[in-house]
Amino acid sequence: MPDSLINDVVNPVEPFLRSDRMPHIWCPGCGIGTTVNSFARALIESKIDLQSLALVSGIGCTGRVAGYVKLDSFHTTHGRAIPFATGLKLANPKLNVVVYSGDGDLSAIGGNHLIHAARRNIDLKVICVNNLIYAMTGGQTAPTTPDHSITSTNPYGVFEPSFNLPHLVEAAGAVYVARWTTFHVRQLSRSISEAFKKKGFSFIEVISPCPTLYQRRNKLGDGLDTMKYYKEKSKVRHGAPTAEVGLSLTGEIIVGKFVDRDRPDYQTMMRAQFAESLGERFVEQGETVCS
Amino acid sequence: MKADPKGVLTGVHFMDGDHACCEGALAAGARFAAGYPITPSTEVVERFASRVPTVGGTFIQMEDELAASITLQGAVWGGAKAFTVTSGPGFSLMMEHIGYAAMTETPCVFVDVQRGGPSTGLPTLPAQADMMQARWGSHGDYEIIALCPNSPQECFDLTIRAFNLAEEFRVPVMFMMDEVVGHMTEKVVIPPADEIEIVPRRHTHKSVDEYRPYGTNGDLVPEMAHAGDGYKFHVTGLTHDERGYPNMTPQTQDQLVRRLQNKIREAADRIALFEEEKLEDAEVVVLSYGITSRVAQRAIEMARERGLRVGKLRLITAWPFPEKKIRDLAAKVTAFVVPELNLGQMVREVERAAAGRAKTFAVSHAGGGVHNPEDILKAIVEAGRCQTV
Amino acid sequence: MAKGRISIVVERCKSCGFCVEFCPSKVLALSSAFNAKGYHPPHVVHPEKCSGCDLCGMYCPDFAIFATKVAAAAGDK
Repeated sequence: MPDSLINDVVNPVEPFLRSDRMPHIWCPGCGIGTTVNSFARALIESKIDLQSLALVSGIGCTGRVAGYVKLDSFHTTHGRAIPFATGLKLANPKLNVVVYSGDGDLSAIGGNHLIHAARRNIDLKVICVNNLIYAMTGGQTAPTTPDHSITSTNPYGVFEPSFNLPHLVEAAGAVYVARWTTFHVRQLSRSISEAFKKKGFSFIEVISPCPTLYQRRNKLGDGLDTMKYYKEKSKVRHGAPTAEVGLSLTGEIIVGKFVDRDRPDYQTMMRAQFAESLGERFVEQGETVCS
Repeated sequence: MKADPKGVLTGVHFMDGDHACCEGALAAGARFAAGYPITPSTEVVERFASRVPTVGGTFIQMEDELAASITLQGAVWGGAKAFTVTSGPGFSLMMEHIGYAAMTETPCVFVDVQRGGPSTGLPTLPAQADMMQARWGSHGDYEIIALCPNSPQECFDLTIRAFNLAEEFRVPVMFMMDEVVGHMTEKVVIPPADEIEIVPRRHTHKSVDEYRPYGTNGDLVPEMAHAGDGYKFHVTGLTHDERGYPNMTPQTQDQLVRRLQNKIREAADRIALFEEEKLEDAEVVVLSYGITSRVAQRAIEMARERGLRVGKLRLITAWPFPEKKIRDLAAKVTAFVVPELNLGQMVREVERAAAGRAKTFAVSHAGGGVHNPEDILKAIVEAGRCQTV
Repeated sequence: MAKGRISIVVERCKSCGFCVEFCPSKVLALSSAFNAKGYHPPHVVHPEKCSGCDLCGMYCPDFAIFATKVAAAAGDK
């Protein structure tokens, strides 16, 4: 008896990709593509209207995601995806705006914008792929690079303490903070879906391998070895105090949903303030404001 | 199309340049500004913050100029006409994003109310020393348009022109005010909305399949789409092809960067705006812009009273520089006198365009005040002694 | 009868090994064949064990493999 297919023989992620640009530039064993799978499935699951979804990225390996997804996508300047995304969202509040960028881009050069957007609770979904390094430029130290790691700018070992990103963004005011690794494909997808249901600043950190630079220089094996390490050393602790989830070179990785709270987002607060102060004189921003 | 009456404060006002600039932006249809406080520009956005919630739009004070200069661009791609406002130190911080706007062809306006520099310099005193920076401040090859108002009335009128040029050419426009023009209070007449002509966004009418974000229909400026319109387009600061996809080859680079340059250069005559007076019989031409042109006006009058044949050329468009005009004049006149509140910036362009066929006398002033008309007169007299050989 | 079917886009594969490792039913192995870039793509060694869970598709960083569920045809026991 012949088999009959329930599904179309198309990769469920394919409609979200600019197939004419495949294969992509990411290395064998790099986890960024894996995060895109989780992202695509979250979009399917959440039934997000793709026409009103915009994706903004910065510079770096993860920044290249913007060029590979079939959405209104903006590959902006290093560290400035969040302010660009803020402008996009404020000018057209109907847009669902996702920021998809790397740890160096978001927390080093972009650090100031990260904390202010979290403080303001701008309605953005930020996916931070953290490969613990500046990958695109050849493996320099990032604020997230664990102590004692070898990098090209710390050839004798990193001696600076590294950022605990969930702790940082929680302190700054984010309403949704989660961390997964590229091993946790389904949980990551679920977190992204949850973030879409929330209004306000959501931050999802995804620990990912950089086999070519971070793992190789630190003799930590290849991408697959790293995925097995994630599987072995990750501990799911939903609601863990973010102060306790710092990372180290070979220690355990606390993953899970750490923060899920409610506070009014920037635009809600703005409208409320103007309505109170101006009453009748307040004019809401028009639809498309120029023709 | 005509201006939206909601943003037009029709009437006769007594206001300073900063405030008039804000009204010009509103009249032009700007409904988004992102800013960061810096003397002597802050009043522009303070007024916008006060006005825009009653007109319908958004102002956000960002955490720094790096953010402000890119937030406004996000707003443009979200559908708004947007601008920011700054002075020297902030202008320097914004340079990367001015380059991004040029590369991605994002129509927007950057207002620089110039003050003494370099560095922190003279926060509350005038200069005109950012003129070259306006043109060359970001890295790489690109062209911008720069306008120089010399009165609060022009701060209103020319801001509208700045937005119109930005939309027509899909380019960031530098609005080069200075501290005196920004803080001087004069009569500003704001006409009824139906007397104000504004250029709408060049939004594409092509179908999703036909549309190429950076394709042109034979002219040099592509049509635009906004996020949320269904085109699912990609914008990048990397060298890109017509689809907007990164394409990092020398051929694509040549094609793209030359088009970015040519779309302005080939329209330079159309874009150029200047004010000329008494050039028919002039032997010496005083070329100036901004507040210095008001002082130069006095110096020219004094020179004419002495019987010197002096003409005036006031730059309203500083970039693209009106090379052709200077070249033509250089063939007829003996000398140019170029007073500036800097140690010689636009004068270099005059020299270059004159190509030795007329002499050039810079009347430099390091900033912090305006010229004395007598200093400009002295230069005119000296220039007048030149003979064409 | 297999509940799932694997599709492989051979030219995209970079032999990272994620699909082989994380398939719960151990359906896949890296083949000795080469694609144009010199990588060994996976091949299906136990097709009958595929459940169509598509974990391979979720893990693949190169969008080079996915599994789809297969319906049993009418009359098939």
